[in-house]
Amino acid sequence: MKIRAQVGMVMNLDKCIGCHTCSVTCKNVWTNRPGTEYVWFNNVETKPGRGYPRDYEDQERWNGGWKLDGKGRLQLKAGGRLKRLASIFWNPNLPTLDDYYEPWTYDYEHLISAPAGDTQPAARPKSLVTGEDLDLQWGPNWDDDLAASKVSATGDPNRRELEDKVKIEFEKAFMMYLPRICEHCINPSCVASCPSGAMYKREEDGIVLVDQEACRSWRFCVSGCPYKKVYFNWNTGKAEKCNFCYPRIEAGLPTVCSETCVGRLRHVGIVLIDTDRVEAAASVPNEHDLLDAQLDLMLDPDDPEVREQALRDGIAPDWLEAARRSPVYAMCKRWRIALPLHPEYRTMPMVWYVPPLSPVESLVDERGGELDPDRLFATVDELRIPVEYLAGFLAAGDPEPVRRSLSRLAAMRRFMRAANVDGRVDAQIARDVGMEPSEVEDMFQMVAIGDYDDRYVIPRRHGEDAPDPFGMQGTNGVDFAGCSVTGDASASTEDTLASPADAAAAARFDLREQLVHRNGGSDG
Amino acid sequence: MSQGSLLLFGVLPYAAIAVFIVGTWWRYRTDQYGWGARSTQLLESRVLRFASNVFHLGVLAAIGGHVLGILVPQSWTEAVGLSDSAYHVIAVIGGVSAGTAVCVGFAALLYRRIRYSRVRVTTTRADVVVFALLALGIISGMLATLTNLGDSVNYRESVGPWFRNLLIFNPSPESMTGENVSFIFQLHVTLVWFLYAFWPFSRLVHVWSIPVDYLRRSPILYRTRTSRTTRPPRPASAAARIDVGGQ
Repeated sequence: MKIRAQVGMVMNLDKCIGCHTCSVTCKNVWTNRPGTEYVWFNNVETKPGRGYPRDYEDQERWNGGWKLDGKGRLQLKAGGRLKRLASIFWNPNLPTLDDYYEPWTYDYEHLISAPAGDTQPAARPKSLVTGEDLDLQWGPNWDDDLAASKVSATGDPNRRELEDKVKIEFEKAFMMYLPRICEHCINPSCVASCPSGAMYKREEDGIVLVDQEACRSWRFCVSGCPYKKVYFNWNTGKAEKCNFCYPRIEAGLPTVCSETCVGRLRHVGIVLIDTDRVEAAASVPNEHDLLDAQLDLMLDPDDPEVREQALRDGIAPDWLEAARRSPVYAMCKRWRIALPLHPEYRTMPMVWYVPPLSPVESLVDERGGELDPDRLFATVDELRIPVEYLAGFLAAGDPEPVRRSLSRLAAMRRFMRAANVDGRVDAQIARDVGMEPSEVEDMFQMVAIGDYDDRYVIPRRHGEDAPDPFGMQGTNGVDFAGCSVTGDASASTEDTLASPADAAAAARFDLREQLVHRNGGSDG
Repeated sequence: MSQGSLLLFGVLPYAAIAVFIVGTWWRYRTDQYGWGARSTQLLESRVLRFASNVFHLGVLAAIGGHVLGILVPQSWTEAVGLSDSAYHVIAVIGGVSAGTAVCVGFAALLYRRIRYSRVRVTTTRADVVVFALLALGIISGMLATLTNLGDSVNYRESVGPWFRNLLIFNPSPESMTGENVSFIFQLHVTLVWFLYAFWPFSRLVHVWSIPVDYLRRSPILYRTRTSRTTRPPRPASAAARIDVGGQ
């Protein structure tokens, strides 16, 4: 047993209203630079829908993630290492910009500068890559809220086998929101795909990062990630990805997407992972066993043996305490209400989701919107969002984990309703779903109340273990050519204009300039 | 031997090699961030599939041909029973096919870079220089091959020894002016030194990053948070100003 700490996140989809605040704040922090206009480390997609990039979940097409080879051994779905090197001149599995969207702005200047005429001037869309006019055919959240669903929702890869269940007719339509960031997988296929060894997991917290100085632009991480959460900066020729806001995490703060979430639906914490058994867990033959295999890797932080081994493996006592209080461990393993996104990719993702309890379709119709709480538990299968659909992306197609999760959520509502409205503690409600009343109360505190300190239990890094803190001065942050927003202002401007792409971007937008001034023009 | 020949075939090679070595060392030391292939497949993939594969495979074949023709002495191939005429047949067939692949691939890459504005805007000044030098080297090399189908110039008795003598610091520029060298060979050799001299300052450095280590390393890599601090800190503002890979 070799124990490492691993950050994780749980998103409670019941609370997501699809406001995109997480996406916007993330973008303003991390990807508002030339080359990353199309990049959303955090995005929110409407389901059913085709996702971002379009149809990213269709691994028959993109060959992301892992598979088992003929002998049952774990192998990248795109093939072995030699095959990868053989396709280094042209990657057959790489999405193009059109699969994401070509980023654009509008020619607002024209609204003011257009000469007097018979018609109102229009602000035409201009590509942020080329500066040319753009005929908009697709964009970020083009299919938001089921817009264009005749085209988009019917293309949802999760839906293909559920034709009769997933209705697009207006009366029976359903939708939900799925916010996505990098999964910071325990078994990341992007890291295994990188020929230059530029991608790595941090030993301390499992955050998956790209070493910008070691990246050689081979772009196999982009195609290797089945969630398509590694992006290619077309301006610098380097891969970039969600870094779990590691500067904040190291300071004990939640990620920007979590902090700014209006619905307060994100929970961040650490879990203790037995890294010796990762390969075995990711290699279980039956996809339906992957969930339990991954839960099995998450060690019980209250187990004295685990605590002893963790201390031996260099995990600090305050981190052990954080693991004990972890909302991620509680929701994933203790209560089993959170589920991983596409476990069948065998990457052992660490961003999990509490499935949404949608209205019960038949009861809504019969009783004019009044729900009978006593029937809720029995009618999980009548929910407007079919259990099978949720299972398609949260449980490798196995409906049982989804049923268990939804039943427990429904039981929690009944239990608390009985306690708060009728004033009676009905232990049977909890036991029906295999829980103790105290557990249901704890779960209610976490899921329904969700105090800040319950949602985020993030131990600070131990800075004292750095060998040379002075040497680290100026080495962190996004502060180099093509990325600088706070560095030497004059040098940045020169760099910007040195490259034609940058020059075009600067002329159109001059975002960096604005940011430099906003930051007081500091010359780092 | 004229002063000009001495300059072109005795001095220029060493100057180019010196710039190549020092430049590569300097760039590697100061510009890890700019060091890479700068792929544009994200922006355009369809034409690249043909162009990049044909070009790169053609270049690999051409490099192999140059090694066989220049680095391997004629006496060695004869020692293994390969007559000069047999060698020449192999060299012409291999050279013409590899050269054709390089030409076609290069033309396709050039077309793609000009035709697709998304790719065009990523083109740096260094890219323009590299494309020009590559074009000169490729065209002159192809002409040298095509004008020598009849084996009138035995470069294995002139260019080959001259190049090997350079490598052992015993330069013999007179080998390049004898009867076994035609103007087009002299031109090709001279032009390509400029490509080598510019190499370290362009995206061509990606050649030195062929990821052979990938074949034997562990699939999942871990690093400690502090591992990077063992490296001396990079002077951030200076690194930001280096304008080589195109930034």
